[in-house]
Amino acid sequence: MNYHWNWGIFFDQVQNGDETYLAWLISALGWTVAVSITAWIMALVLGAIIGTLRTVPHRGISFFANAWVELFRNIPLLVQMFLWFFVVPELLPKDLALWVKQDMPAKEFVTAAICLGLFTSSRIAEQTRAGIQSLPRGQTNAGLAMGFTRAQVYRYVLLPMAFRIIVPPLTSELMNIFKNSSVAFAIGVLELTFVSRQMQEDTSQGIEVYAAVTLLYFICAFAANRGMALVEKRVQVPGYIAGAH
Amino acid sequence: MIEIKNVSKWYGQFQVLTECTTQVAKGEVIVVCGPSGSGKSTLIKCVNALEPFQQGDVVVDGISLSDPKTDLPKLRSRVGMVFQNFELFPHMSITENLTIAQVKVLGRSSDEARDVGLKLLDRVGLTAQAAKFPGQLSGGQQQRVAIARALSMNPICMLFDEPTSALDPEMVNEVLDVMVQLAKEGMTMMCVTHEMGFARKVASRVIFMDHGRIVEDDSKEAFFGSPRSERAQLFLSKILQH
Amino acid sequence: MLSDFDFSVLTDSLPFLWAGLQFTIQLTLVAMTGGIIFGTLLALARLSSMKPLAMAAAAYVNTMRSIPLVMVILWFFLLLPLLTGKPMGAESSAMMTFMAFEAAYYSEIMRAGIQSVPRGQVHAGQAMGFTYSQSMRFVVLPQAFRNMLPILLTQTIVLFQDTSLVYAIGSKDLLKASEIAGKNYNRPIEMYIFVALIYFIICFSLSQLVKRLQQRIAIIR
Repeated sequence: MNYHWNWGIFFDQVQNGDETYLAWLISALGWTVAVSITAWIMALVLGAIIGTLRTVPHRGISFFANAWVELFRNIPLLVQMFLWFFVVPELLPKDLALWVKQDMPAKEFVTAAICLGLFTSSRIAEQTRAGIQSLPRGQTNAGLAMGFTRAQVYRYVLLPMAFRIIVPPLTSELMNIFKNSSVAFAIGVLELTFVSRQMQEDTSQGIEVYAAVTLLYFICAFAANRGMALVEKRVQVPGYIAGAH
Repeated sequence: MIEIKNVSKWYGQFQVLTECTTQVAKGEVIVVCGPSGSGKSTLIKCVNALEPFQQGDVVVDGISLSDPKTDLPKLRSRVGMVFQNFELFPHMSITENLTIAQVKVLGRSSDEARDVGLKLLDRVGLTAQAAKFPGQLSGGQQQRVAIARALSMNPICMLFDEPTSALDPEMVNEVLDVMVQLAKEGMTMMCVTHEMGFARKVASRVIFMDHGRIVEDDSKEAFFGSPRSERAQLFLSKILQH
Repeated sequence: MLSDFDFSVLTDSLPFLWAGLQFTIQLTLVAMTGGIIFGTLLALARLSSMKPLAMAAAAYVNTMRSIPLVMVILWFFLLLPLLTGKPMGAESSAMMTFMAFEAAYYSEIMRAGIQSVPRGQVHAGQAMGFTYSQSMRFVVLPQAFRNMLPILLTQTIVLFQDTSLVYAIGSKDLLKASEIAGKNYNRPIEMYIFVALIYFIICFSLSQLVKRLQQRIAIIR
């Protein structure tokens, strides 16, 4: 293999600037985390709502919730990024469209977070639905028999349990969201993947750069995994074994 | 107190209840029995509208369930129910299980709810378990908590849906004892159960169901003495054999 | 606004898009075939009683599964020419990448499938005199494959969508073709909507088919 190694590359100054490449990488990590966490919060809230709606015995509502899930699940994430970035502003009223295109602060970041958040919400909706439906029907009956309204049954009985059950799949979703945030490079978010391509072009030290970026993604995934393990431990129900009743 | 008038129910094409009629007066204890699939659980769930029915009516304390204006959650909060699989809420402690509906449905303060809950817990002999979670209790203990939970709402009557059939045999009696005590205190009760000993001890009347119909509805003396229908005789001989 | 849209460019660009779609499909099929074969081998390796082999397979699968696909695509595009000493086009690089990457995901599915076959089946095979590899080939793998067919197909739909990420190295798949067409006709917005629609129709119909298949399998069991 004919390759010129240079692990010192991270301490070199970037072209046309006075930062080091290391500073670039750190700021890129910041964007990756920012996009992922913003999207995650959106996805959790929307996913919980849509997933709950999918279990409601009402045709119109469940059609809407199903359409939501199918829409975001059946178009590639990258194509969704382009849709949000290029197409959606065209569909807005003129003034708003102009503002979005010209004045909206951190336009790329906002677009990427919305896109990734909605995309992930459809997956979390699926998990939430499965979690709710895995609970015995008797739990709903017990809630209703005590005089709870349907909404109260969801709020106090079904959702708290469903969310505990789906912590493991949510863990992989959180790890996925960090991985999927890499797609934001395509609309110009200065996150890890974008910066690694840029550095490879500038310096041709691809292996070192990719290795560093891959390591950073590993760390993100690991942190997500440990963080969710903490959550899992905190919400654990004493004496409850999944599936046992 | 409870009037079931001509209730019929279908699951699609399949008829599960056929023109069921009976009533439960204040202070009466009614035992509903019959082979599995005879519709007895479905019937008792019609009383608090957990199961909708297509024909007939159920009237609880003067309130008609088929009236669309009826506030079902409010009505259910006045009718206690105990389930075959206990259905305690696994993510809440025993105390929370006993207080949540008092606070959220009846609007009691959490202190008041706690007092009521702990008193009832004492009554079923489980004060020591107050801080535990359902998964840490035995089946019999869970079912006793479930009875206390239903009582915490000060119900005007209680429905029991096979309360002992998911229990290991050695735990059946601890639950039946609580139920007998409740009956003796004058609680209006409708119990789906195969525990004929319980029926003999406290039942005012026994209802026998088969294929979605009420086949017998008689005083316990008449039912155990000489059931009129062959099917009830056969059923009794089967479960009394051992 | 929508009224300004001109969708007539779509018909003109169809042949061009068709070429892109053909590559996307080809990439999907190659990656699926290679991925399932390689993935099954990985699954067998992971379940093997030879510790080092099992550990190596586990390390490969876990590594692949914790790196973003775009990074894997970039890595392969960078490394393959260095390792082979020959320049490699984006298209061939993409094929290699997806085979290697998807193998990790397919292997997890196959592993679950193999474990879903009751141990009694292996014993029955051995009792009839099959060797280990024979009982795998004739008894376990066919059942594992059949049990997991809906999940394998669902993963293939995901793979079909993921191929759009070859955008990162500029190989001409459906998405890239539509982008180029959009630039050529100066109608990028219409092209993005159109390509999204194509992806949606294909993936949605396939996923409905998988759902049906799943129901049929559920009935047979």
